[in-house]
Amino acid sequence: MMLLAEKADLFPQLLAICLKLLGGVGATLGIFFLTLLFALPLGLLVAFGRMSRFKPLSLLVKLYISIVRGTPLMLQLLVVFFGPYYLFHVRTSNEYRFYAVIIGFSLNYAAYFAEIYRAGIQAVPKGQHEACEILGYTRTQKFFKIVFPQMVKNILPAVTNEVITLVKDTSLAFAIAYTEMFTVAKQVAAAQATIMPLFVAGLFYYVFNFVVAFVMESIEKKMNYFR
Amino acid sequence: MKLLEIKNLRKSFDDLEVLKDISLDVSEGQVVSILGPSGSGKSTLLRCMSMLETVDGGSMIYCGKPAVEDGKYRSKGELKEIKSSFSLVFQSFNLFPHYTVMKNICDAPIHVMKRDKKEVTSDGEALLKKMGLADKADYYPYQLSGGQQQRVAIARALNMKPKMLFFDEPTSALDPELTAEILKVLKELAEEKMTMVIVTHEIAFARSISDKVIFMDGGLIVEEGAPADVIDHPSNDRTRAFLKKLEQ
Ligand SMILES: Nc1ncnc2c1ncn2[C@@H]1O[C@H](COP(=O)(O)OP(=O)(O)O)[C@@H](O)[C@H]1O
Ligand SMILES: [Mg+2]
Repeated sequence: MMLLAEKADLFPQLLAICLKLLGGVGATLGIFFLTLLFALPLGLLVAFGRMSRFKPLSLLVKLYISIVRGTPLMLQLLVVFFGPYYLFHVRTSNEYRFYAVIIGFSLNYAAYFAEIYRAGIQAVPKGQHEACEILGYTRTQKFFKIVFPQMVKNILPAVTNEVITLVKDTSLAFAIAYTEMFTVAKQVAAAQATIMPLFVAGLFYYVFNFVVAFVMESIEKKMNYFR
Repeated sequence: MKLLEIKNLRKSFDDLEVLKDISLDVSEGQVVSILGPSGSGKSTLLRCMSMLETVDGGSMIYCGKPAVEDGKYRSKGELKEIKSSFSLVFQSFNLFPHYTVMKNICDAPIHVMKRDKKEVTSDGEALLKKMGLADKADYYPYQLSGGQQQRVAIARALNMKPKMLFFDEPTSALDPELTAEILKVLKELAEEKMTMVIVTHEIAFARSISDKVIFMDGGLIVEEGAPADVIDHPSNDRTRAFLKKLEQ
């Protein structure tokens, strides 16, 4: 395998690789943003279910969370993708591959976010709830006005970790042959017998996460207006 | 007129009977101080009065309207109305950390009582001025001293226009100098004939401000009366022992 081509060829070669990978970047970004779009709010619902005083619901949600956290995401993607056919003999269309990725990722990340939210909600001091009670806020007012903003501040570091993991996890979509950036990188590497595309892919994840960390840090700074 | 009548109140936590048989009246304009050793049930009594805890038995009547009779609570709607007749100031302030001082004071009157925003804000400004915090309206709680935070908490309670104010050791989290700030505010409120029930360990303060002093021990009111009687000439052994301990 050739690590570096001759110097004169290096730049055009790199450019060609980048252009090829660019074809997969859209898919990677798509998985990333759509997963956040669905999993962040879904996680809140899951957290409510987990904290519900209605025992059957909270037990069911607890089971869901423990399954999601106790099995590999790759396996979950396979189940979401092949499940409809093997379990219910439903023929899925080709677009379903994409839906399966988003459904699998969203269900997985919602479970993790739910546990983060729960910890963040429970970290809001009891005195805050009592002050709300005395002032006569309704439960909804209490949640959105008082608990939620404090929860957001509490959970930002944990959410940052999760989002950084998500950037890297997007590559798992290969498990059901959904072509994202890393799949392309592997294909190019194999076809051209060079490891360069993998380096470029690695650099992409690194820069992506650098941006994520920067954005999350500035949100954390924004939330520093109170303590 | 009686603003609060408590009759034969009982409250247990699991097997622990914390309030055994408490009866207590608070008349309009009265300042009632509750003294007693730690663990005697003072906070629990105040929390039952504030409806943060549910009583097991007895009655509570607010401004002539029964909220609990023989341990049975009235409907949510009736309680909601009754709850607006009092407010509670906590030992640990419990201000909302993400709201400015002004928002802490005005949010509930606007969004719970649905009062006019302009009016509430100008009331809030007046209250802050009265508390000596006129320049702190845009501060966040963490930027204030404990004494300032407690004054904001008092202003927050007052802006709900309650008929009665309950205080649970309002100065216990504060240094002595800051304690004096709060006691001064309470004194002013007493002079304005605000009806107050105050749990405190500040004996001299209780003597000077109160119309009635209650001494609690072991979930019971063991002595009750004018401050001069209860504090200077206690008839009960436990009151005597407690006051003696505080003097040392
Ligand atoms: N939520 C609770 N659960 C169980 N026990 C409690 C609870 N709150 C208070 N107690 C107990 O009730 C007793 C009275 O407590 P409290 O009313 O806080 O006393 P005080 O305010 O006079 O110090 C104590 O023995 C305390 O441990
Ligand atoms: Mg107490």
